[in-house]
Amino acid sequence: MSVLIYIDQSEGHIKKAALEALSYGSQLAKQTGTTAEGIVIGTVKDDLGSLGQYGITQVHQVANPQLDHLDAQVFTGILAQAVQLTGATIIIFPGNADGKTIAPRLSVRLKAALVSGAVGLPDTTNGFIVKKSVFSGKAFARVSLKTDIKIITLNPNAFPAVVSATDAKAAVVPFNATLDATKVKSLSVNKVKGDIPLSEAEIVVSGGRGLKGPENWGMVEELAKLLGGATACSRPVSDSDWRPHHEHVGQTGLAIAPNLYIAIGISGAIQHLAGVNRSKTIVVINKDPEAPFFKAADYGIVGDAFEVVPQLIEEVKKLKGVA
Amino acid sequence: MKILVCISKSPDTTAKIAFTDNNTKFAAAGVQWIINPYDEWYALVKAIEIKEKDTSAVIHLVTVGPADVEPIIRKALALGGDEAIRVNADSQDSFYVAAQIAEIARQGGYDLIFTGKETIDYNGSSVGGMIAEMLNMPFVGLANHFELNGNTSTITREIEGGEEKVEVDLPVVVSCQQGMAEARIPNMRGIMAARTKPLKVVEPAAADSLTEIVQFELPPAKEGVKLIPADNPAELIRLLHEEAKVI
Repeated sequence: MSVLIYIDQSEGHIKKAALEALSYGSQLAKQTGTTAEGIVIGTVKDDLGSLGQYGITQVHQVANPQLDHLDAQVFTGILAQAVQLTGATIIIFPGNADGKTIAPRLSVRLKAALVSGAVGLPDTTNGFIVKKSVFSGKAFARVSLKTDIKIITLNPNAFPAVVSATDAKAAVVPFNATLDATKVKSLSVNKVKGDIPLSEAEIVVSGGRGLKGPENWGMVEELAKLLGGATACSRPVSDSDWRPHHEHVGQTGLAIAPNLYIAIGISGAIQHLAGVNRSKTIVVINKDPEAPFFKAADYGIVGDAFEVVPQLIEEVKKLKGVA
Repeated sequence: MKILVCISKSPDTTAKIAFTDNNTKFAAAGVQWIINPYDEWYALVKAIEIKEKDTSAVIHLVTVGPADVEPIIRKALALGGDEAIRVNADSQDSFYVAAQIAEIARQGGYDLIFTGKETIDYNGSSVGGMIAEMLNMPFVGLANHFELNGNTSTITREIEGGEEKVEVDLPVVVSCQQGMAEARIPNMRGIMAARTKPLKVVEPAAADSLTEIVQFELPPAKEGVKLIPADNPAELIRLLHEEAKVI
């Protein structure tokens, strides 16, 4: 019985979601008195041994370039073999697209209970109960996993990536898995331009209809860039094609949970809040004092965005020592 | 071309979320139910778009639930789709629901199975992948674009920080999200036609549930917004830096 963590890689790099999963998995291993191991599928440019600092002892790697792109069926077969090899009874996935694509298949393959969107470590005092986000962030459910093998998919940004042993190295062990025939053929990969993907950003600056038009997004982008964050928008904005669809956060867009969410000219409809209410700190800038968003905010400024935001940019520049 | 679209009901996006029975049940009294938006706007409408191009295509809808989900499935039929199947059972967990739908799919022999990327109540994002595994079919999750060329589909799916375009031969299971299709509203002709479309009720297949919700809880209420005067943005930056410690 050990904890096995699926280490998601994208274009050969280990991303934040995987580090969160490693930290979660190794803390869970400590809690249940066992060890944590990782598995990575495909070729990787980053140093896998250094992942030991997140508390794992071994990284099993199927370093086959044919596996650089996801085919959930093939990956499920590999993971099922890895579970058998390691004797893992708990498998952890990051809560991103790949995790959500593989975990349900593995659940069926192993007939193992799956909980997705976990926000904390399991309660193992009596059974195995995991708290997960439900109703699009408006509530939580405590879910009991009733099978011997258990699978947990994390909510992004719910659990911080923690370095628990700075100098620890994980042993990288080649893993020769039998591969099923590929049915999903990758044609092309298109990375979103810009520095930080929205799902990984710790600071998000978001604009709504109050900004009046796409030509006014310069200040949103500038503020986001100064803060090292990403830009987002409300649904009406992406529906009007002022901004690309992948920037839409809300109930039917992307649900995010950054440390800081700055909403500019967004009234805060309940559907929008559902996508951002897991943000740790929310700042709302709106000229309408009755905007419902203020009720969900930690800090607010009632004022004209076109006057407030440029001043904020100047203040951030001062703070960061940027001329 | 036979398409199966999985339909789930969910509380309206503006519904108040509360719980009863010592926080073990969702307080459904007075709640307006809708078709889960991902199932409706993206999965069902995409299937309708395919049928508009290929009129020989047949769309079946499937839902798992007691008789009170019928208004939802009729509403889905009003948008489009030729007939509906309701599996007469309470949905216990994702595994149980997937097992019911997989059984329907085995009998129907579908080329394409569409689900929404998740329901807006349980947020499991699991049923599509589970159905695919049960049927030994390929699965593409969180798709935002789908094109059909004969027996081959070209699908764009979300990946960490971008998109990937993949090619898959049918049959395939796809979970659909924003970008897949444009939301529509049913017209009067559709609503009238939906009344007479077949809605078959079948009893559930034997299946296990692997998880159980023990209790719900609501997040702690926000303390209340701290308002900063519009002429003093420096104060906001100071608070974010020194108090919230987020910048």
